[in-house]
Amino acid sequence: MRYALVTLAVSALTAVSAHSWAADAEAGKQLYQIYCTQCHGINGDGKGINIPDMSVLPRDHTDTSEMSARSDEELIKAIKHGGKAVNKSVLMPAWDKNLSDEQVDDLVAYLRHICCDK
Amino acid sequence: MMKQSNLLAIVTCALGLAALSPSAMAEQLLEQQCASCHALQAEDYASSTVQERAERKAPPLYYAGNKFRPEWLVQWLQKPERIRPAGYFPAAHTVPGPDGDVVDSDSLPEHISLSAADAELASAALMKLTPYTDKLDAVDYEVGNISWRMGNLNFGKFNGCDACHRDAPDYGGLSGPELYSAWDRLQPKFIASFITDPVAWDPHTLMPANDLNQAAVQKLSDYLKVNGEDE
Repeated sequence: MRYALVTLAVSALTAVSAHSWAADAEAGKQLYQIYCTQCHGINGDGKGINIPDMSVLPRDHTDTSEMSARSDEELIKAIKHGGKAVNKSVLMPAWDKNLSDEQVDDLVAYLRHICCDK
Repeated sequence: MMKQSNLLAIVTCALGLAALSPSAMAEQLLEQQCASCHALQAEDYASSTVQERAERKAPPLYYAGNKFRPEWLVQWLQKPERIRPAGYFPAAHTVPGPDGDVVDSDSLPEHISLSAADAELASAALMKLTPYTDKLDAVDYEVGNISWRMGNLNFGKFNGCDACHRDAPDYGGLSGPELYSAWDRLQPKFIASFITDPVAWDPHTLMPANDLNQAAVQKLSDYLKVNGEDE
């Protein structure tokens, strides 16, 4: 009986966790389409419509090794405060006036999905 | 012989048209020609999400009188030229290509053209839409000059505006409105105010704020002037 209860509790927690992650990433996907695809590409590969005249190419968000080397905190800082805040290009603007903290978290959840959930 | 009822209908209709005042005719024109794509009233942003931005067909016009130069509006409405190379919502007009995403030009809608009389009428009506005069009054921007070279470096290298905006017909990003005609198109104080705080004008804007101080906004606004006059 005790084993069954523990299993039930673990299943419930897993279900809640998976559900909230999925919801965040789905919201992040919508935000990504609206705010990010112009530069990072509709497939997240860093090849958006704006790149032909860019001096520094946008990050390829599907590059698993590059994206795995970035912590969530780094990604959040880059999104909120722009490329300059993480010693990268000024071509990446600061989005903290446009996006709430929750929306930035949603975007990071989506980035983790397209980079590494293969 | 024309039936009496038809004749009555024609006379009534003619009298009805004649009875419309110029401002009523202008309002009717905006409703008939503009409102299907452009918002003429403010969105209820408190109860909408950013999906609202993805679903917009065209820029909101409810603050047109705080934004545009009337003389530009009159000319442009008669002979519209594309301001946004990738349309108003770029993701809807983007397709993947072998070397990266490209704009699907065939999917971009053409803007209607108005007669000279209707353009005058529409412009006059649009210029009356001024809910944000307080934002313009709050701007501390005096039109000035900057060397083109310095302004260009400031626009591109130092602030990265060229990632999304073209400052020449053949250079810059495609997702934002082109800015080589911005000075002809927009009121100077609107330019400064919008660069400073775009979200205050449009909570769902795709324009980031970038924490620019007054001096930086002054330089960017002056560059749009100098560059625009150069074009």
